[in-house]
Amino acid sequence: MSIRGQACIVGAYEHPLRKAPDHSVAQLHAEVAKGAIEDAGLSHDDIDAFYCAGDAPGANAWSMANYLNLRKLRHLDSTDMGGCSYLIHVAHAAEAIAAGKCNVALITLAGRPNSEGSSGTQVRVRGANLPDAPYELPYSPVPLNLYAMCAMRHMHEFGTTSEQLAWIKVAASHHAQHNPHAMLRDVVTVEDVLASPMISDPLHRLDACVVSDGGGALIVARPEIARSLRRPVVRVTGTGESVQHHMGGQVDITYTASAWTGARAFEEAGVTPADIDYASIYDSFTITVLLQLEDLGFCRKGEGGRFVSDGNLISGVGKLPFNTDGGGLCNNHPANRGGMTKVIEAVRQLRGEAHPRVQVPDCRLALANAIGGAIGHRHGAATLIMERE
Amino acid sequence: MPTPYQDRKISDPLLNPGDAAYFEATAEGRLLLKKCHDCGQFHHYPRSLCPFCWSDKVDWTASAGTGAIYSFSVTRRGAGTPFCIAYVTLDEGPTMMTHIVDADLDAVRIGERVKLVFKASENGTAIPMFTPVDAGA
Repeated sequence: MSIRGQACIVGAYEHPLRKAPDHSVAQLHAEVAKGAIEDAGLSHDDIDAFYCAGDAPGANAWSMANYLNLRKLRHLDSTDMGGCSYLIHVAHAAEAIAAGKCNVALITLAGRPNSEGSSGTQVRVRGANLPDAPYELPYSPVPLNLYAMCAMRHMHEFGTTSEQLAWIKVAASHHAQHNPHAMLRDVVTVEDVLASPMISDPLHRLDACVVSDGGGALIVARPEIARSLRRPVVRVTGTGESVQHHMGGQVDITYTASAWTGARAFEEAGVTPADIDYASIYDSFTITVLLQLEDLGFCRKGEGGRFVSDGNLISGVGKLPFNTDGGGLCNNHPANRGGMTKVIEAVRQLRGEAHPRVQVPDCRLALANAIGGAIGHRHGAATLIMERE
Repeated sequence: MPTPYQDRKISDPLLNPGDAAYFEATAEGRLLLKKCHDCGQFHHYPRSLCPFCWSDKVDWTASAGTGAIYSFSVTRRGAGTPFCIAYVTLDEGPTMMTHIVDADLDAVRIGERVKLVFKASENGTAIPMFTPVDAGA
């Protein structure tokens, strides 16, 4: 069974707040759920499937289903794959709709790490019984140094430079200047990135994403329902999900699971990287973007540095406009999980509702890719390909 | 300007059943790897099943404690004392997460040969780390 064209994204909403000290996490989830269902032109009682991940209170589906008073649920998924969970939820919603298990799925993400003082230089406590913990936690692996080791190895194997990585941030900043909600709206240069403090070699402060509160939500529905609504129809045409890890000690941190998820999604959608008009690429760090672009086949392995240089990711300038909302690097990274906002900006692009200064003309085919966990030790990845009908 | 290694607080490993032997060996100055009797491969971190063939015939074997740096990063901000996290590929095959210590952290390089040393965590557990073979000799 293929999900190609079997489900549509009919609602998308991004929370406008970037710091929400007086909101509860449940309230943020509820506000984005309301925003997405109103965006779709559907109502609360139309929802018959609910998906959320580890950011939801209780890390289960029943607590938010209770808060939202969802009464007609017949399909549920609380798959937690970190930042890429929400792409996986879209894929699973499409599978469930194609199988006749549900009609209208709500997916929510929200959190407040900005108010709670989270940082990429803190060790994240991940729970009891983890088999890797005794052999890793004494070494203080944190998001920054795990991704930094990927960048260091990529530089060693392929000659990638800090200047090339900086271009990814520069492109994001060119887009963020047009987003009134973005945390960082100043356009930066390669020199600005290189002059920012070195946090963990070779990554500078401006190689890292922001820490923000907020959230987002999506509504996925059966195509017949999508066509009855007064919104452009965005079909899901290809998906992929996988995991990459230490391989029993045969460590290779120069590629991500996107190498597998991208190939599967492109095959299912029947398109190639050259066909993509717009790409949302998970940007926890600049190196994260570079690895995914290579793994998805936008360029060959090792050539990502040259691919991202000279504004090639800037809308209206380069060949592959990416993260036109400013992405995690400049706009927001709610709950330290950037996958939801990647899908939302892709939907805006396909609907023609991105900011006019960054809107890709006649955007018909978009890709969203995300990573969960950390590439430097264990991570999930997911790819979505979406098409405007 | 060099960044000399400085001792820092190391968190204690939280052991699950099966992990004690590894840290009993580190207390005696040895690094143990698990080796599979069926497929002959070493693996790390240690498991009760070989991750390659799922055989349960896995035993502890002492590593020579030598290898080469696969990747590293000196974390300079947000964590107090700078430290060098690294992956070291042991001569037996597996690559393990570790720290590079007792060296100028600015001089650490991928491919550099390293040898086993130990640093104590807060409760005195010996944690395996590595230092360049010719560091400060």
